[in-house]
Amino acid sequence: MSTLAAPTAPAPLQPQPLTKKILTADHPTWCPGCGDFAVLASFYRVLERLKYPHQNIVTMSGIGCSSRFPYFVNTHGVHFIHGRSLPFAAGVSLGRDDLHVFVFGGDGDGFSIGGNHLLHAGRKNVRMTYVIMDNSVYGLTKKQTSPTSPVGFKTKTDPTGAMDQPINPMRLLVNIGASFVARSHATQVNHMVEMMERAARHDGFSVVEILSECVEFYEGAFDAANPRKGGQFRMIEEKKNDGTAEDSLRHDTSDELAAGRLASLAWPGVFGVFYESKRPTKNQLEAGLVARTREKTKAASDLELLQSSFRRLR
Amino acid sequence: MTYMTIPSTISGGPSIFQVRMGSGEILTSGDQADFLVAFYQHSYEDHIESLRPGGVLVYDSDHVTPNPDDRRFKAVGIPITGATVEAVGGSSKDKGKNLFVLGLIARVFNLDVPKIAALISERFGGKSEDIVRNAMLAFDAGYATPSDNLRDCFYMFEPGGQRSGSGHARVSMDGNLALTYGLIAAGVRYGAGYPITPWSSIMETLRSELPKYGGTFVQAEDELSAISHALGFAYSGHLAVTGSSGPGLSLKMEALGWAVMAEMPLIVVNVQRGGPSTGMPTNVEQADLLQAIYGSHGDAPRVVLAPKDVEDCFNIALEAGKIAREYSTPVIILTDQALATRIEAFREPDLAALMVDPKPDLTPRGTDFQPFPLDRLTRHAPPGAPIATGKYPTVSGLEHDEMGHPSASPDMHQRMTVKRREKLKLLGSKLAVPEVYGDTEGEVLVVGWGSTWGPVREAVRQLRTGGTTAGQLHIRHLHPLPPGLEGIFARYKDVLVVEMNDEGLYGFGQLATMLRARYALPKIGSITKTDGLTFRVGEIISRVNQAVTDRRSAHISRI
Repeated sequence: MSTLAAPTAPAPLQPQPLTKKILTADHPTWCPGCGDFAVLASFYRVLERLKYPHQNIVTMSGIGCSSRFPYFVNTHGVHFIHGRSLPFAAGVSLGRDDLHVFVFGGDGDGFSIGGNHLLHAGRKNVRMTYVIMDNSVYGLTKKQTSPTSPVGFKTKTDPTGAMDQPINPMRLLVNIGASFVARSHATQVNHMVEMMERAARHDGFSVVEILSECVEFYEGAFDAANPRKGGQFRMIEEKKNDGTAEDSLRHDTSDELAAGRLASLAWPGVFGVFYESKRPTKNQLEAGLVARTREKTKAASDLELLQSSFRRLR
Repeated sequence: MTYMTIPSTISGGPSIFQVRMGSGEILTSGDQADFLVAFYQHSYEDHIESLRPGGVLVYDSDHVTPNPDDRRFKAVGIPITGATVEAVGGSSKDKGKNLFVLGLIARVFNLDVPKIAALISERFGGKSEDIVRNAMLAFDAGYATPSDNLRDCFYMFEPGGQRSGSGHARVSMDGNLALTYGLIAAGVRYGAGYPITPWSSIMETLRSELPKYGGTFVQAEDELSAISHALGFAYSGHLAVTGSSGPGLSLKMEALGWAVMAEMPLIVVNVQRGGPSTGMPTNVEQADLLQAIYGSHGDAPRVVLAPKDVEDCFNIALEAGKIAREYSTPVIILTDQALATRIEAFREPDLAALMVDPKPDLTPRGTDFQPFPLDRLTRHAPPGAPIATGKYPTVSGLEHDEMGHPSASPDMHQRMTVKRREKLKLLGSKLAVPEVYGDTEGEVLVVGWGSTWGPVREAVRQLRTGGTTAGQLHIRHLHPLPPGLEGIFARYKDVLVVEMNDEGLYGFGQLATMLRARYALPKIGSITKTDGLTFRVGEIISRVNQAVTDRRSAHISRI
């Protein structure tokens, strides 16, 4: 093995609008009928709309069926380990302000093994967009109970029915301080695109939970919110601040308590933006710390800084 | 200061600060004390045996009653508590006793008083002027205590002894600080960690230093998050660091496996302490070697380095950064509690020549770009770097092909496994053959790693003075091992590995086990201990002599 040969001359760059064709990578390994296909198609549309420079987009994930996502998207991508994609993404986001970081994962990755990281990503409000494709079952490992499986759902690890109370993702996300919290459904493509695009444009830790059916191990899980299956897809009506009487009944997305009340509605609940706030991101706070510190050191060079540290220890 | 320990209890307890002075090289903390200050009866009782016969015991006569029949030492009672209260006055009670004793020591050993006064006002100046004034009152009272007759007990350094020739300044710091500055010199601007003793001081310093350099250090919610953040920084194109101590390293092991699979450059510091589990958090041990080399899961080769002294903490951090980038690999630095807290003076490094540019390489990558080429070293393209083909790489923990796409091909797994192994063998082949100190052939070769360097060197020096032909081999590159060791081992009758860990079920310490597996030489023996303290020189000498005798007689009995 030799060391790396000199890189070949860089090709001239022609920024071109991103299209589905450009963004398509490996063929998805999901089962036919899986809700995740629709999430992927919606994400291509979101990237087309956002018009970010191609090389500055990062798509990453943890472990699970949905976490195969980065292989199917032609951007810089990372397939990390189970449950730890958020701290990894935080490193990418804090390390490089010029990047747009999208994290995809499932309910097990996000709410179970990665639960503690979700809590702290929310608390720190690191700038990134996190899409949780929730199918309420462990699919990749073939039907075990997930943290969002409803009580009574029969799995290989709960053959007589799940007994532990499921997590309420919306209530959890509002409580941990996520600064953009939305919910969508994989059968509602336009709604998904809108939610993901708004999440991406939000400056902070933005999360979209998408109910995405596992046709293999939990068929019909989300039919109650699917009009084509006799359900009802109830969307949140957001306040327009138009002074009308009906506006007072609409949801104020900056109201944490109102978001909590919406999150507590009976299954299948409502869809849309539950909560958004403009609190400072960790990215901004860290940049502020750097700016204040550099002001004190009068923007000395790295060498001067280290030399002065050593001088003090003579 | 050659050794410090503060107990891992919130309320405090007996703390030890041990200092050794000399005009030459200080290799060890010394086997016995010349001068002991006892504030309390228990400290007198616990430590009087560490004083050499003829040494000086200064005790606080307000609290300590020494055994009147013990005439081995020069015992001097001073009412330290009373004198401090008298000097400081007011409501401060006996706070400042330590500064009183510092004044006394400054008098006895003729220390540079203006320099100490400056340090005191630097240390306490942030609080209030009263505190600095009280501290100096206590110090001055200690300095004024009649103690000139004590001075005659000790060798006096030549007055005005100038620093030897080179004109280079010398700096004093502890191992953790030297390591931290080494990381900065290596180009580390980003990192993440979780507090644990004795690693914490590295992350604390990085947290306050890195923003000056435009970077940041994240206090993560746990160890798993810490290494994940660091890997995120690394993926984004920065040289990044994470670190911990023993149990924290165990928590990082899964993500370390990813770093090996994804061939991600990363520096991981392990400031070893006594284990397993919470173990002996403020004591020294070298029992994480095998975890560092083999921990994690699957075949996950990575680089493991260990510094030999405080100055080397700086050097090894620089080298770790260079290796991590060049070979696109995680590098573990195994330092330990003794090095972490030991303050040593060393020649100020030539920073202008050593500083590494920290900027991520975002240059466009050509059409031949592959993140995981089988026949070349990996050079990742961080996000932000355009790729000429328009095909962007996925950095993956799944076994993958050269473009980073998942591959379940048995052949690809075999070939990638070989690639990850061979790149470290390439590194190993490029390392310098370590130099042997002392006799380059003869009776016994004493092998060490990490902070045992000093005591082993002193022991070999004394063994040679005593007529044994002995050499010292110190291994800084533990994985991969440097070349040429087989030839060195061949020149000695016995090879004894000195390390601070247990001999285990099969009778050999961790490095000895590795070396026996690698070189299959029955003459490789093992000297180990796990009492939480650094090796004493006398201890090494007697155990080397014992081991040599035992092995000779075992050999004879077999004949």
